[in-house]
Amino acid sequence: MIRSNIGDRIFIVFIYIFLTLLAFSAFYPFWNSLVISFNEGMDTSKGGVTFWPRQFTLENYKVVFEDSRLMNGFVIAILRTVIGTVSSIFATSIFAYGMSKRELMGRKYYMIMCIITMYFGGGLIPSYMLLRNLGLFNSFWVFIIPALVGVWNMIIFRTFFQGLPQGLEESAKIDGSGNWGIFFRIIVPLSGPVIATLSLFTAVNHWNEWFVASIYITKEELMPIQTILRQILFSNIASEQLANVDASSIAHINAAKKITSKSLTMATVMVATIPIICVYPFLQRFFVKGVLVGSLKE
Amino acid sequence: MANASVAPDKRSELNLDKQRTSGIRRFFKQIDLQLMVIPALVFIFIFSYIPMYGILIAFQDYKLGSSFISSNWVGLKHFTYFFNSPEFPVVMKNTIVISLLKFIFGFPAPILLALMLNEVRKMVFKRVIQTVTYLPHFLSWVVIGSMVTSMLSVDNGSINMLLEKLHIINEPINFLSLSEYFWGILVTTNVWKEIGFASIVYLAAIAGVDPHLYEAAAMDGASRFKQVYLITLPSIIPVVIIFMILAIGNLVNAGFEDILILASNPALREVSDSVDVYVVRVGIDNFRYSYATAIGLFKAVVSVSLLTFANFVSRKAGSSLW
Repeated sequence: MIRSNIGDRIFIVFIYIFLTLLAFSAFYPFWNSLVISFNEGMDTSKGGVTFWPRQFTLENYKVVFEDSRLMNGFVIAILRTVIGTVSSIFATSIFAYGMSKRELMGRKYYMIMCIITMYFGGGLIPSYMLLRNLGLFNSFWVFIIPALVGVWNMIIFRTFFQGLPQGLEESAKIDGSGNWGIFFRIIVPLSGPVIATLSLFTAVNHWNEWFVASIYITKEELMPIQTILRQILFSNIASEQLANVDASSIAHINAAKKITSKSLTMATVMVATIPIICVYPFLQRFFVKGVLVGSLKE
Repeated sequence: MANASVAPDKRSELNLDKQRTSGIRRFFKQIDLQLMVIPALVFIFIFSYIPMYGILIAFQDYKLGSSFISSNWVGLKHFTYFFNSPEFPVVMKNTIVISLLKFIFGFPAPILLALMLNEVRKMVFKRVIQTVTYLPHFLSWVVIGSMVTSMLSVDNGSINMLLEKLHIINEPINFLSLSEYFWGILVTTNVWKEIGFASIVYLAAIAGVDPHLYEAAAMDGASRFKQVYLITLPSIIPVVIIFMILAIGNLVNAGFEDILILASNPALREVSDSVDVYVVRVGIDNFRYSYATAIGLFKAVVSVSLLTFANFVSRKAGSSLW
């Protein structure tokens, strides 16, 4: 059908308009934050800064990059993301490979043991007490260790491994490879897409997570940037609502520098976001497939 | 490996042989495989099962530093205390309302988006829309909270400015401190964050629809809208049902991070305190571990029953409808 009737055209035009508005609404808050982060703070507070910086400045970023607490938080977040993602993907994929073998003794019971944890847990307080007792309070490892093995990721990995051609493994076995050898020399090289997807998701979780640090960490030098951002945000809200400028320590420190807490928050937001924005579009084609592998199993 | 090079036809014989050898020997024969799995299982045991034992403190008067065994058993004291507390109706109401609102608006939204995206024939446009709508999923709640706060702020937040320019309001509204706006903000933000990403699954389901159906419908003179309504939508119903069941099982989870972030203002507690948020506040901030655990356990029981119920309904529906 080459010619479409008027009803169809209206329908399509409506869809295009709606989708454009939706995309705009998804993008604008991000764009506006970026613009504010590049605009002079005092000028921003006059209002009307929407699509383009009016008084362009790098001053906000300078303050962020000079703030040792924020930069330390940035480094902690990077360390946490890298170490956490590598260790978790490593541990979980080996686990999943073992679980993908039909001859594994006790496989059924192991699986039940895993699945129960997806629906039932001790809850926040007992977990809190456990981690305290394990000495993870105020330790960098509280970010890494509890998140090491993920049942959900294991199931996705397992599904993927089970879909790989059996012949490859069998021929490797004939050549004298053990399961570990097969895993590292044959399975891992074949699993690029699923490793990329799950690494992205794990990394995003690590990068974005702020709550763990807010309850288990009191030492400033271990705070990741998202947790610090939350404290800044909280103090900003408090200061806006109580009209009490002193509540925001950053605001009065920088009053002389024409920087407001809003412009500074936005610069921090960007520093805390840009690493992800840079990565995810490149991995998009992988994770679209990865999501499907995960959902088919469920 | 001893059994690696065995030809397939000899396997059954070997299996019989295996059954005769003891389980322990079989276990050690595949010890390399077991070593891939056992450390992870020990790990899961420690971090998921030991906290379940910690549930016992819900029935005790537990104080930090004392052991489980030496603490006093108090039976259901903490549960009855919670049910009789003035917070109980507030917390329950908020949990139910927030999760229902999230379900009502959050569940159909990605389906609608997927249906619309599927009608787009210009691939570049589609790609751009998808990339942009996925974006918020990858931002943390803290970042989103910062953006929302900025957009809604009284001093020249974009929303207030827009509403003033359109003469809908005369003076800026402090959205984030007024309880009547909180649910709307919370639900909108949630839908906004996840709509794009959640649509992926439905798009995939739509991609699996047989193209001949559309050709046939077009021959019969069905409009584009009718094709969506009569072919695409019914084709993805099974996927929709699966996700609906999962969502129902999740109904007690009103969410947690988003509320903690967006409801930083204590004035909002009346509308923002959900079970999870309340547990954090009384449990960790006020050190009432036993009380908070009891509430957490109550929630876990409700959520497991809901999931079981949803599964039950789906099985019923599975036989009668599909």
